[in-house]
Amino acid sequence: MSLAALLVLADGRFPAGGHAHSGGAEAACKAGRIHDAATLEGFCRGRLHTAGLTAAALAAAAAAGLDPAVLDAEADARTPSPALRTAARRLGRQLLRAARATWPDPALEQLAAAFPRGAHQPVVLGVTARAAGLGPRDAAHVAAYESVGGPATATVRLLGLDPFEASGVLARLAPELDAVAARAAEAAHQALLDGPEALPAASSPLLEIAAEVHADWPVRLFAS
Amino acid sequence: MTTAPPVPPPAAGVRATARIHAVADGRGGTALPLLAGEGPLALRRTRGREAEAGVVLVGAMSAPLGGDHLTVRATAGPGARLALASAAATLALPGRAGEPARYDVELDLEDGAAVRWLPEPLVSVRGSDLRVRTRVRLAPTARLLLREEQVLGRHGEQPGLLRSRLTVTRGGRPLLDQELACGPGAPGGWDGPAGLAGHRAVGQLLVVDPAFAQDPPPAAVLGECAAATPLAGPAVLVTALAGDALRLREVLDAACRAYHR
Amino acid sequence: MHLDHAVAPTHRHTHSAEPLRADGTRRALRIGLGGPVGSGKTATVAALCRALRTDLSMAVVTNDIYTREDAEFLLREAVLPPERIAAVETGACPHTAIRDDISANLEAVEELEDAFREHAPLDLILVESGGDNLTATFSRGLVDAQIFVIDVAGGDDIPRKGGPGVTTADLLIVNKTDLAPHVGSDLGRMARDAAEQRGDLPVAFQSLRGPEGVAPVAAWVRERIAAWTVR
Repeated sequence: MSLAALLVLADGRFPAGGHAHSGGAEAACKAGRIHDAATLEGFCRGRLHTAGLTAAALAAAAAAGLDPAVLDAEADARTPSPALRTAARRLGRQLLRAARATWPDPALEQLAAAFPRGAHQPVVLGVTARAAGLGPRDAAHVAAYESVGGPATATVRLLGLDPFEASGVLARLAPELDAVAARAAEAAHQALLDGPEALPAASSPLLEIAAEVHADWPVRLFAS
Repeated sequence: MTTAPPVPPPAAGVRATARIHAVADGRGGTALPLLAGEGPLALRRTRGREAEAGVVLVGAMSAPLGGDHLTVRATAGPGARLALASAAATLALPGRAGEPARYDVELDLEDGAAVRWLPEPLVSVRGSDLRVRTRVRLAPTARLLLREEQVLGRHGEQPGLLRSRLTVTRGGRPLLDQELACGPGAPGGWDGPAGLAGHRAVGQLLVVDPAFAQDPPPAAVLGECAAATPLAGPAVLVTALAGDALRLREVLDAACRAYHR
Repeated sequence: MHLDHAVAPTHRHTHSAEPLRADGTRRALRIGLGGPVGSGKTATVAALCRALRTDLSMAVVTNDIYTREDAEFLLREAVLPPERIAAVETGACPHTAIRDDISANLEAVEELEDAFREHAPLDLILVESGGDNLTATFSRGLVDAQIFVIDVAGGDDIPRKGGPGVTTADLLIVNKTDLAPHVGSDLGRMARDAAEQRGDLPVAFQSLRGPEGVAPVAAWVRERIAAWTVR
């Protein structure tokens, strides 16, 4: 694997649309559940171990070569909120656009043809990682990092939170992030042998509910 | 739960399986050719609605304790209609050696079958460690109403560790797969702003109805802490958080009236 | 009001999306409108829609700070039917959405093109940025040409200050010229400063309340479309 390719893919400036999504942080800030660095850290930790783990495992499984169509259906089943399914497919399409231009690969073209309306972002992320010469664990790392990086950046914009504090939150989560990526990669390996039920389905009811509340707002800064 | 570390075979726990088989009796009703409780899982036949057979799970003792492995397995044959309930809340209690307990529910619904699975809440008692695994396999024409309620601790009590996964497939395709982990020992953030955020009761109501394929219910916010979400198949999931079991039930009952035909 | 420079056809065409459709025809021309808050971007878009909608098939993408406000203004003004207006969420960073990460805007633009491909293929898509500062410009991967809108009330020294929008936009609109006497802005000075900053690139002095209204800018857009279609 190429460490540099991993950096390119994980860079928050990679033009794949993530900047307009708060990962639930906008709804949590409005509800007062995030109001400082400590509550941001709690939010990120909870998201990492639920939606983050599930996304990381889907990405790892796609990078390991599991059928993207099968994984996309599993992602649907793990995402009860239609607002989050729409956001995931939209982000999947945006990532695929960037990926096809960045790491041209027949697998990415096939994915685009099979999912004209977009596949779930973690699935696209895994196929992209593979096209970039990265492995399942790398894909899991990127997905896990995105699950907390998005809310941290959004909270800086929403609350005017000190950006150094937000970076500190991400740094403190690093050991857990590594553990989540390792567990996701292990689950992906297991799924190759036992089928997709081996992939975790960790979920946060509150994130699903809040995503629907957020989608109902007439005025919002972030798409999700 | 294949991703979790393997559970060692319980040394002294109870292993018990309750088995239910419901079939259409050919006269517009539903018969129960198999109704077999075991150990702490006793079954009573009750009067169901109209063509429905009713069964109540009667907890003969407080269970599951750590080390126990309880299974409820119900099959509804073509056209059969079955209502499953429980007589009282299920208490997850600690075992002597701190080993986890397991509670598996397996529901199979064949063509045209309709099952209502409406157990009382599961209460995670301090010091307990329970893994709940619910698997539902639906034929494409089957209908399901399923409720799950989890309460963290008895009144004012710290909860135990509860891991609960619900997997529903329809025609072999995944429809819903959700795992909740909460209580001391659960992955970090379980009670934080992206977790339960201090709520002590969490529940979901799932309605699967092939009629939703033509006429899917719209997504709806049911207050700050509950939402009805149409799934990617003909189903709607109502998810709710509440301060306690009573308030949770109010939300889920209202949702049941709204979405279950 | 007048365009004080002749319109020269653009020679820049580095697009993220190919300028040709799959059937070999040219896709819609994409024009971006940027500029500071309150300079009259949305009013100009609305006026352009009224002026051009009868003989062009057109659509608008808005990039508001607050998601839907500009889109809803356009809907209220009924300048286009709702299916021709799309709003893009920008995550509190409208300039990121039009320059650094254009993926959401490209999605919106292509979805609009797809929606009308069968019956009334789009000739023109206006992409309006959220009100931002003087440094915000559109990526050439998103738009084929861009208009930067400033107004006389924002201060007559803005053209002198320059910045990427004022300096490089394919058309600079100095808006609300009817207010110039009231806010003490010197239009002559603005024109001289703009010419200094922009060389041959055109400047339009516009008052939407005046007799000409948006007509000079609409004429500029028509010339762009004519040049785009024959290329």
